[in-house]
Amino acid sequence: MANLTDLVNLNLSECTNMIIAEYIWVGGSGIDLRSKARTVKGPITDASQLPKWNYDGSSTGQAPGEDSEVILYPQAIFKDPFRRGDNILVMCDCYTPQGQPIPTNKRHNAAKIFSHPAVAAEVPWYGIEQEYTLLQKDVNWPLGWPVGGYPGPQGPYYCSAGADKAFGRDIVDAHYKACLYSGINISGINGEVMPGQWEFQVGPSVGISASDEIWVARYILERITEVAGVVLSLDPKPIMGDWNGAGAHTNFSTKSMREPGGYEVIKKAIEKLGIRHAEHIAAYGEGNERRLTGHHETADINTFKWGVANRGASIRVGRDTEKEGKGYFEDRRPASNMDPYVVTAMIAETTLLWNP
Amino acid sequence: MASLTDLVNLNLSDTTEKIIAEYIWIGGSGMDLRSKARTLSGPVTDPSDLPKWNYDGSSTGQAPGEDSEVILHPQAIFKDPFRRGNNILVMCDCYTPAGEPIPTNKRYNAAKIFKDLEVAAEEPWYGIEQEYTLLQKDINWPLGWPVGGFPGPQGPYYCGVGADKSFGRDIVDAHYKACLYAGINISGINGEVMPGQWEFQVGPSVGISSGDQIWVARYILERITEIAGVVVSFDPKPIPGDWNGAGAHCNYSTKSMRNEGGYEIIKSAIEKLKLRHKEHIAAYGEGNERRLTGRHETADIHTFSWGVANRGASVRVGRETEQNGKGYFEDRRPASNMDPYVVTSMIAETTIIWKP
Repeated sequence: MANLTDLVNLNLSECTNMIIAEYIWVGGSGIDLRSKARTVKGPITDASQLPKWNYDGSSTGQAPGEDSEVILYPQAIFKDPFRRGDNILVMCDCYTPQGQPIPTNKRHNAAKIFSHPAVAAEVPWYGIEQEYTLLQKDVNWPLGWPVGGYPGPQGPYYCSAGADKAFGRDIVDAHYKACLYSGINISGINGEVMPGQWEFQVGPSVGISASDEIWVARYILERITEVAGVVLSLDPKPIMGDWNGAGAHTNFSTKSMREPGGYEVIKKAIEKLGIRHAEHIAAYGEGNERRLTGHHETADINTFKWGVANRGASIRVGRDTEKEGKGYFEDRRPASNMDPYVVTAMIAETTLLWNP
Repeated sequence: MASLTDLVNLNLSDTTEKIIAEYIWIGGSGMDLRSKARTLSGPVTDPSDLPKWNYDGSSTGQAPGEDSEVILHPQAIFKDPFRRGNNILVMCDCYTPAGEPIPTNKRYNAAKIFKDLEVAAEEPWYGIEQEYTLLQKDINWPLGWPVGGFPGPQGPYYCGVGADKSFGRDIVDAHYKACLYAGINISGINGEVMPGQWEFQVGPSVGISSGDQIWVARYILERITEIAGVVVSFDPKPIPGDWNGAGAHCNYSTKSMRNEGGYEIIKSAIEKLKLRHKEHIAAYGEGNERRLTGRHETADIHTFSWGVANRGASVRVGRETEQNGKGYFEDRRPASNMDPYVVTSMIAETTIIWKP
């Protein structure tokens, strides 16, 4: 109703210098996002200006009831596209009261890797392609699919337009603008091969910021689907059968790869990734074995192979990179439900710090 | 309709210096809020500038029909987030024509306690965590729950995001901004463990203003749910079974507790509360025995216990307070339907004035 909208859209900057900060964190499953809000004196321009906070870890599977406090450390801020004004979103990570990262805090270790001088000197860039599926609420069947049945086979849907081919564009477009508004480095969107599936890309972003941005972009997406009454799924193979899965392909380059002679550096990096294939796969998302079958533009989970312009490979190098002798490569193995802190840090660690 | 909204949103400051004052009071059940409006010469910035008023107490169970006038004394004013402009909300308490507080007027006694010299010198601060449940209109089943059934068990909902985890956020967000606009010291909000249940916090506020702010915040919430076509419940255990109840945890500190050596003062205060456990419980809200079972993050109603970071205790002391040797503590016993005038003044009375 009009009046509720008036209230939600109140511009408080006229009557107070207080702002609302929405603190966001990753919950006990490693993929569930949680958030709560507090009032602070504004304006806030840096995460270091914000106080630590705490939450009830016993309600998220992250602490026992008799010692339930988990401490939130603000790490990155973004403009709040829902409350607007000077209000902010705050990406946090989680610690015990003694200051130790809790087991589900994957950011802490990633930050260590990205601060390592050998890694920092190479200025690692990431471009992450986040795929996801929209589901009808209550039935959890993909958006646009007939309940109790299936749409026509894949073919017409990739990058399509039309009421019989594109399902949920209002969510995707709202998300695109909301992310740009909030300061996330969102570089594009497209409709995917499976109907009801979409993709957005974040990057190129440096080091840990790529992951902060992916997590907040996921949060914004789940807030938008909440408004739309639709369910967001990050499952890597939401529908069994002749339907594509959902990945989070991670494009990567270092300073050396971006400069003349970079192609040789890329090939050496890919070699190292090949040797550590099993370790990477174990950290690339739960349920990925349902997706990495060797069909549907994936490489089989047990096989490591790379190729130029090859979407059936574990790693794809673009034709541009091959021609120019420098550029970047795409690790196509991560699942849509991967933790970007884990994946981005691991790629940097294997290619820059690890030696066979 | 466009026209009705235009009229509701008319900015009268252009055409008249008259303002509208909505007088609010508590009705005969001790929990029902009532209000009516009158036109006055504006602007008004202090309650002492407002005239006393009266209402028909026989229609609220507060006076007999043949002698029905109850007198309203204005006590605190706030900006009206619904009418905006220079219009105001006025929190009042109720008296007989002879000037005596009527039995349901709990503010009068609270004001006396807060004026006590010992209490005033200690500058008592309160932070109240008001939990509440949103219900679907007409059937009174929680918002977001399937009619005739139950949602999946508790786990995903605390601070949750998404159409399948968070129900009624537009109400909560509208309420947050409306309270900030009104001048209420609202410090935060979060989604609660039971789906459809939410919490907002007011404070830290000094003495009697905490009670005034909670009552007006409750009024604003009920006005907003009215617009949204949803029913708000302050029942402490709206759904029996493996579902959390709703409380109004009361965080408390005095000047001595906030200064060096405060932790010892806190421990003495908690001892006194323990000795008067029965008296406090009797005043902490109707139906609390359905909620304080020892499960679902409560302590059993017959047992007084306290602990650091312990959400299963009657009184919880935060880790930070323990670490710093000073701070505040949380009385987790009050139910969501408690009267903040009663609870805040009783805590002050027991810990500052009363001697065992």
